[in-house]
Amino acid sequence: MGVPLIDIRGLTVDFDAGQRVVRALHGVDLAIHGGEAVGLVGESGSGKSVTWLAALGLLGNRARIGGEVLFEGRNLVGAPASDLEAVRGARIAMIFQDPSSSLNPVYRIGQQLAEALQLHRGMSGAAALAEAARLLDRVGIADATRRLRDYPHELSGGMNQRVMIAMALSGQPRILVADEPTTALDATIQAQILELLQEIRRDSAMALVLISHDLGVVAENTDRVCVMYAGRIVEDAPIATIFEAPAHPYTSGLLAALPDLEGPRRRLLAIPGVVPEPWNLPLGCSFAPRCPEFERACEAAVPPAIELVHGHRAACIHARSGSA
Amino acid sequence: MSEPLLQAEGLVRHYRIRHGSRLFSHPATLRAVDGVSFTLQPGRTLGLVGESGCGKTTTARLVLGLLPLTEGEIRLQGETLPQAGSMRWRELRRVMQMVYQDPLAALDRRIAVGRQVMEPLVIHAIGAPAERRDRAMAILQSVGLQAHHFDRYPHELSGGQRQRIVLARALILSPRLLVCDEPISALDVSIQAQVVNLLLDLQAEMGLAYLFISHDLRMVRQVSHEVAVMYLGRIVERGDPDRLFAAPSHPYTQALVSAIPVAHRSGRQRLILKGDPPNPVDVPTGCAFHERCPIAVARCRTETPALRPLADGRHVACHLAPGAADA
Repeated sequence: MGVPLIDIRGLTVDFDAGQRVVRALHGVDLAIHGGEAVGLVGESGSGKSVTWLAALGLLGNRARIGGEVLFEGRNLVGAPASDLEAVRGARIAMIFQDPSSSLNPVYRIGQQLAEALQLHRGMSGAAALAEAARLLDRVGIADATRRLRDYPHELSGGMNQRVMIAMALSGQPRILVADEPTTALDATIQAQILELLQEIRRDSAMALVLISHDLGVVAENTDRVCVMYAGRIVEDAPIATIFEAPAHPYTSGLLAALPDLEGPRRRLLAIPGVVPEPWNLPLGCSFAPRCPEFERACEAAVPPAIELVHGHRAACIHARSGSA
Repeated sequence: MSEPLLQAEGLVRHYRIRHGSRLFSHPATLRAVDGVSFTLQPGRTLGLVGESGCGKTTTARLVLGLLPLTEGEIRLQGETLPQAGSMRWRELRRVMQMVYQDPLAALDRRIAVGRQVMEPLVIHAIGAPAERRDRAMAILQSVGLQAHHFDRYPHELSGGQRQRIVLARALILSPRLLVCDEPISALDVSIQAQVVNLLLDLQAEMGLAYLFISHDLRMVRQVSHEVAVMYLGRIVERGDPDRLFAAPSHPYTQALVSAIPVAHRSGRQRLILKGDPPNPVDVPTGCAFHERCPIAVARCRTETPALRPLADGRHVACHLAPGAADA
């Protein structure tokens, strides 16, 4: 498949919490190719956002980051700020859950877009505003020239998320990381935004990383999913495989916990227990205490990710190719 | 059929507000809830779905008497709900309890959870202190917690455990109706299933009725005996959840159902609505949905459709719904 666009290898994050150091990410390996759409799924605290914040050096100096993030021939971990600034927001753009808190409430939309264009593409004045209007039009905002003069509070949540996407596109990114981009939006607006992201990806050959807690959202919008649990990727597989033949018991558990929209109603199979705290992880496999397939060997060591078939990895000692 | 536990008839809640920019503002009416009727039988669940601002939560607050009605009537066990704050209302509040979305906000961080669970007994002067403690212990057990949780503080518990505490507190007075406003939205996927299963078990054990409010249609289908879909303060479709979600009749329900991302889409094409829901201050004339509706005709702009029965027992408020008896 050639050289990946971004290659994350053994990424670790340790947070310095004063008395102790807490490890939030335990060695994440993730390679993404140009134009690919990858979903990151997991519950809160599983490390889906931290992976990308760490990769882009956005965690601040309380976090110690290990491993490598290879992007366009450079390692972003430990790279000087000037190098990171050339990548962040430009080559790799990120959008977040709550668009209205990502926009500055006291500046007009047009000013904020023009600022991004100046930063990433050196445009200014009328040229920047014209490009800003083009970007707004691109993300489906009608009457773009007039909208440039609006403040964020004058737009709805869905419109603000469109503005955030326009801003992310201003640097002509190779990768767009969308961190729960529709969680704060209503169902019918969520459908609009996801459709827009798909359309942009088709047109621009940009890679999309979609971070979500909703397996349905990921299923419809990506080619491949990584399931995260307690700071590790426990399964990485093509979408169809995840739903038809999940290899990790946590993935199967998540699927069984979701109600269906059609067909007979069945009792949900809840995963017992809770996600462990990062400073209090169980021995061996982090999922072992909640796992229906638990056996003594699970506590012996953290199971490494095994490649079951090409493109399908799972970190479970019970995982076998063609299982489940 | 037995006597309904809850009857809501023509509930209306309007707010007088000032609309527009400060200098040119004019008085306007915000129609949060605009004529909502339903009945709920004991031991059953009515699911209320819709997008933010459609009036789900306002309806819940009206039902409990936490907000005064502009118009309409609520009857609980056949009795008209008395004015909030009155003696009789306080007594009736034992019968109906509320569960909110965010358990951390619903609990007092400085009080051990066991005391919070007992508090309703104290308020209603039920039992001696020792008895109260026994009842609290028993109820903690029935929501799946253990005795040692009694002396914990909210921050020591997980999100799912906190929601169990909120449930225990609501259940300790043995209510007959629980109004659940997005009870699982703040929880992680694996925990949502635990809480939903618990709600179903409690219903089977105690014969509780639920008014279950959520934007998650899959969870609503999972728990409900009947579903009502709201749009801009009105019910646009109501009926059996399996039929309603399998073959939605109102164009808005169709869009809402098709907007749910699923792993395997069975044939149906996704319907993407244009634009945002209108502001409840400027509700369009006629059918409130006509501006976003893909099939609207001239009549929809002028005439507000009433909720009419379909052959399969459903009700739908759309001029164009096939099979709806013309009123």
